[in-house]
Amino acid sequence: MKLVTAVIKPFKLDDVREALSQIGVQGITVTEVKGFGRQKGHTELYRGAEYVVDFLPKIKLEIAVSVEMVDQTIEAISGAAQTGKIGDGKIFVTSLEQTIRIRTGETGTEAL
Amino acid sequence: MENDIFQLQYALDTFYFLVCGALVMWMAAGFAMLEAGLVRSKNTVEILTKNVALFAVACTMYMICGYAIMYGGDYLLSTITGNGVTGAEEPATYAPSADFFFQVVFVATAMSIVSGAVAERMKLFAFLAFAVIMTGVIYPLEGSWTWGGNAVFGIYTLGDLGFLDFAGSGIVHMAGAAAALAGVLLVGARKGKYGANGQINAFPGANLPLATLGTFILWLGWFGFNGGSVLATASVDAANSVAVVFMNTNAAAAGGCIAALLTARMLFGKADLTMALNGCLAGLVAITAGPDTPTALQATLFGALGGVLVVFSIITLDKLKIDDPVGAISVHGVVGLLGLLLVPVTNGDASFSGQIIGALTIFGWVFVASLVSFGVIKAVMGIRVSEEEEYEGSDIAECGMEAYPEFTTAR
Repeated sequence: MKLVTAVIKPFKLDDVREALSQIGVQGITVTEVKGFGRQKGHTELYRGAEYVVDFLPKIKLEIAVSVEMVDQTIEAISGAAQTGKIGDGKIFVTSLEQTIRIRTGETGTEAL
Repeated sequence: MENDIFQLQYALDTFYFLVCGALVMWMAAGFAMLEAGLVRSKNTVEILTKNVALFAVACTMYMICGYAIMYGGDYLLSTITGNGVTGAEEPATYAPSADFFFQVVFVATAMSIVSGAVAERMKLFAFLAFAVIMTGVIYPLEGSWTWGGNAVFGIYTLGDLGFLDFAGSGIVHMAGAAAALAGVLLVGARKGKYGANGQINAFPGANLPLATLGTFILWLGWFGFNGGSVLATASVDAANSVAVVFMNTNAAAAGGCIAALLTARMLFGKADLTMALNGCLAGLVAITAGPDTPTALQATLFGALGGVLVVFSIITLDKLKIDDPVGAISVHGVVGLLGLLLVPVTNGDASFSGQIIGALTIFGWVFVASLVSFGVIKAVMGIRVSEEEEYEGSDIAECGMEAYPEFTTAR
């Protein structure tokens, strides 16, 4: 099992959710987060004076999937979240040791 | 019959005067909302306190001595009665106490201009001490040379030189801005506003809906400010003049708004709302010196000129490190001067030289007198809150309460 963590532009959340449900992903955890990457925040103007917004709002998705599903999941997220402009975000894949469904006690891929 | 008509005219003019005065009084609400919207939320309570207190101080000081200095008569309005000023040669065409009411709200307007410019760092009671001097002496003396018709320190009379300021672009607005500039120069910029390498940092206003509401309230109040300055409405001529003034006042505000919005969009690439709001007010200030003579198109263009000028003025003052959180010095001072200089364009009774001498007289007196007053107050009680208090916000430091205690705020 793998844990796919993706940081995306907030306005792409609906597209990404749609793409993920189409490939059969059963669950997503969404968090509103702030941060910066190579884009390093950006500046705004107020009455002609600049001010820096250091941390930009982003959406973080966490999706636990079976090993066979990983590539498909990554493709779905990349496809739906990509605008080609700076700030599209990143996808991290980490190994997942165990999953337990609290209600039934199922474990492993059955619990996904 | 003639007596009946005179009575009707008297009643109507008095009524009109009072309603216009009430509209101008409402401008105090406009200034309070505009300033509350453009400061950071940690300074909201204090700026509101300043606005309501300065209005009360202005009313009281003008009653005690201001009106007497400006228009003659006795201190404490002791000779104003319901039937007119005792001992006057001609019968009044409106109730004298209505005249006082209309004049007193103008003093408060001039004083309101100061509060926005020194917002977020001046001590509350130092500011109110200045309000006592400004509304009791500085403004009334300047008003006595202009609307009061007295000679300036007995040397020259502005009226004879072709100086004309219909409703107070110079007498009220530029005077307020001159005092504001003196205050800003002595109190200094807000901490962190100007960086070490010459960069200018933005402190975005906390509540732009309030700032917009404030601007609309001022726009409405301005009909009383300019419209009431016709001083009568109960004849065909007077009524026509009032209608023209209303039309031109509105046109100038619209022109100022459009011009400022487009200027800001071209300079910054974004439609800066605060500049559009300042543009409305700049249009209004620009037309105030002469709303009775231009055509509607001319009024729109005069307003637009004010709208363009105010954006460049705000940027320039920032470059000079003159920190004015709400743009009051630009809106009322720089554009107030423009308003005075535009009068001779459409009104042959005014001359450019008279307008310039008048502007210099008003600015020179109010600025120097304010500088001295603020200087004395600074020496006696200090005019600036401590660095720590400024960081925490003057709401807690001065008033002991927050505007929005149930919200967590970013400092």
